[in-house]
Parts: sequence; structure tokens; C-alpha cells
Amino acid sequence: MTPLLQVKGIEKHYGARIGCSDVSFDLYPGEVMGIVGESGSGKSTLLNCLAGHLEPDAGQVIFDTRADGPADTVTMSEPERRMLSRTDWAFVHQHARDGLRMSVSAGGNIGERLMAVGDRHYGTIRDRAIDWLGRVEIDETRVDDRPSVFSGGMQQRLQIARNLVTGPRLVFMDEPTGGLDVSVQARLLDLLRGLVREMGLSAVIVTHDLAVVRLLADRLMVMKDGRVVEAGLTDQVLDDPQHAYTQLLVSSVLQV
Amino acid sequence: MIELKDVSKSFTLHNQGSAVIPVMEGASLKVAPGECVALTGASGAGKSTLMRVIYGNYLAASGQVLVGGLDVARAEPREILALRRETLGYVSQFLRVVPRVPTLEVVAEPLLAVGCARQAALDKAADLLARLNIPERLWSLSPTTFSGGEQQRVNIARGFAHDYPAMLLDEPTASLDAQNRETVLSLIEEAKARGAAIVGIFHDIEARNRVCDCEIDVSEFTPGMVA
Repeated sequence: MTPLLQVKGIEKHYGARIGCSDVSFDLYPGEVMGIVGESGSGKSTLLNCLAGHLEPDAGQVIFDTRADGPADTVTMSEPERRMLSRTDWAFVHQHARDGLRMSVSAGGNIGERLMAVGDRHYGTIRDRAIDWLGRVEIDETRVDDRPSVFSGGMQQRLQIARNLVTGPRLVFMDEPTGGLDVSVQARLLDLLRGLVREMGLSAVIVTHDLAVVRLLADRLMVMKDGRVVEAGLTDQVLDDPQHAYTQLLVSSVLQV
Repeated sequence: MIELKDVSKSFTLHNQGSAVIPVMEGASLKVAPGECVALTGASGAGKSTLMRVIYGNYLAASGQVLVGGLDVARAEPREILALRRETLGYVSQFLRVVPRVPTLEVVAEPLLAVGCARQAALDKAADLLARLNIPERLWSLSPTTFSGGEQQRVNIARGFAHDYPAMLLDEPTASLDAQNRETVLSLIEEAKARGAAIVGIFHDIEARNRVCDCEIDVSEFTPGMVA
């Protein structure tokens, strides 16, 4: 089987500082990979390099495209990369307002991505927007409301709907449950897990919440000071951590 | 089906002066299809550790852990994930689930993961829950709010949903009433009859004698305590 994403030797420096260094991994279709580490460990830098939001100083991000097979997205032309990020890729931001258009209706937010890939029939777009609102458990009567009047949890779910409506194969998530209260978090986790399974999505999830990765991720990478210090099966890394930093991280979690 | 060759396991505690604690040495065992092997030994002797090594949850320090031909001690994460999905089932003592997911779905999940049709998976899940005396009115609720015994039975139903060729059972009959214990023992006997290789921990001696073909005392594998 061809990996959906092959990451080879990604490096990113901010001046003399290391953003992330020498990161390599393969992600196969249907796999969910978690990246954990404390603030400043380079996990968001890495995610942005993978998703094409930042240009890495070195390394390759090879994505198995539908049309041409594996292609390096770092050296790909800008229009090609933009097309990928509108179709096969999705990016869920920590703050929903970074991923939504706050002055456009909920339905419009979902419809925009459909229009970007060529959908023109208003009725169809609206129907699909309503269908997706339902899937992320937002009442269809809210279709014409602007996200600025939604709660934080609803905004996050709308952002997910907007991202998944085009049936992407790879989703990048940056702290998708950060800043939400626990009951909303549980609902979102359940939703994400169901969608990942139904749509056969692959995902890369950056978070500092170990409970979130245990529930969502098959595999886990632990980062510290821009480098990967440990990687493996999620439950193995969490239950039998090998590296000093991972042991510290796991033993620092408060028990409820 | 399951074979361990000279497996050792130690824990290195980096944050406590890099103390190295050897917990297992020279562990070897072999389980054929249709056979059930019981792990015995005092509490802390390493029964659960051995089981977790087989499941790939703990990383073996040396030796081979072969399950259906795959060496779990060396395999890639995705190979272990596939093994757990298709071949190797594990009934732990604790149920770990995503909040809000209905019990019926929790039990059907392993079947859906191997590509079983949705209705067939739900039917099988319903059948197992009924056999384990979980009242039907609870099936649509999340098991997170259930009593300890109910959660354990949901966990067992989930573990037996897919017909795994190899299974690990960590005290499957603990704290069950006589009737449910009987059901679990027949589930184990049915699994053996269809050819599953089973490694189990049973504190319940009668249950152990009934379903297990042989016993392995894990204290033989405890370093510094050669039996």
C-alpha cells in the first residue's frame, strides 16, 4: 500500500532558533496520527509545514494525489497546492474564527468550499450545507445565521463541516478541542471519531491533551525542542513510554 | 498461533535516577489454535505485563513475540493495528470508550472495523448483550454511566463480537454473578471450539480448570526468582 503522506526530513528554522528539525514519518490511508508536546515544542510549526502554510527550509512532504500519484507538495506550484488544500486536504484551526468567515452565514461557510471546487447550483449547495449542519449536530434553522452568533463549540463544529464537505482524504487539526469545555469536547471527539471512520479519513492531530490522542489517534509522535523524541502506537507510547520526556509528560497528567 | 521466545521486559525510570527495573526474563510459551493457556502467579508476578507485551502495549526489551506469524516486538505500528483489528482480541479489565457512544455501537465497533455490514454487526452486538443480560433499555445509552459489573459485561461483549483467531483475557469472570459467569465461560468454550488460541488470567480456580488446557506460572520468568 502506498502511504497517503510521506514526510521526509522536515526542517524549519526561525533565524537561529529551531522550529522543527529532522521530522520524518509515513501516514497510511485511514490512519490518525497524534503529535503531542508542550508549548514551543514545534508541533504547530510542523503541522503548518505539512499543510503548506509555512515553507520548510528542507525536506519533502509527498502526498499521494488522486491524479498523478505521489507528488512533493513543497516544490509543487502554488495553484496546485491551493487546489489540494481546497479538495483533498482540510485544516481545522484551534480558533474557529481563523477557519471561518465570520460575516458569512453558516450555510455560506460550508457552500463556499463547494463553490471553490466548481459547484454552481444554489439548491444543491444549500441542501448539502444543511446535510452537513445536521451531521455536525447544528440545527438546520441556523443555516442563515452568522457564526459570530454561535457558541464556541458550535463554531468549531461548523469549521469541521466546512472542511469536510468536499470529502477530503487528509485532515490537519491544530488543537481541535482546545478552549472548549469538557462536555462540548466529548461531543466533538465522538463526532470526529465517527467521521474519521465513516469517511476513511487520515488525520494529523496536534494537541497537548493526552486523553484526546488516546481516544482519536492510532499513532503518536512526541516532540520536544523541535525534535521527535519518541514515536509509536498511541497506547504503547502512553502506557510504556521509553523517553525521559515522555515519561515526565505522562506522569504529569492529573487523574480525575 | 501465539508464541513467545525468550522475551524479556524492563522498565527504565528516567525521572527517578534512571532506575532500571527488570520485570521479566526468558519468557517463552506457545499456544496452539483451540487451546487456552492460563497465566498464574501471585499478584505483581507479571501476568498482566506479559499479556500487554503480547498485545504490543508494552515494548519487549528482547526476544520474539509471534502472533499469527507477526513479531509484535519488532512490527510497525500499522502492522500491529491491523493485527489487533483482524487477529488479536483483548478483553481488559476496564472499558475505555468515547463518551456519548451508545452501548450497542461500542459492542458492534470491532465488527464494523473489519468491514462487517452494519446491520449484521448490530444484530451480533444485540445478541451478545442479550446473552450477557444487559437490559435492552440500556443499549442506546453510553456505558460510561453503567455500574462496574455492567461495564465489564459490555467489555466482554465487545471483546467477543469479532471472531478473533487469538485472544487475551484479563480476568474475564472476575466479579460476575453465577449466571453471567456461566455465559462468559461458554463464550470462551465456543471461541476455543472455533479454533481461537487464548491466553487468560483467571483468579477463579474453577473457571480456570474448566476452560484452560494448561497453566504457566509467570513467576518462573521473574528475574532473581528462578523457580
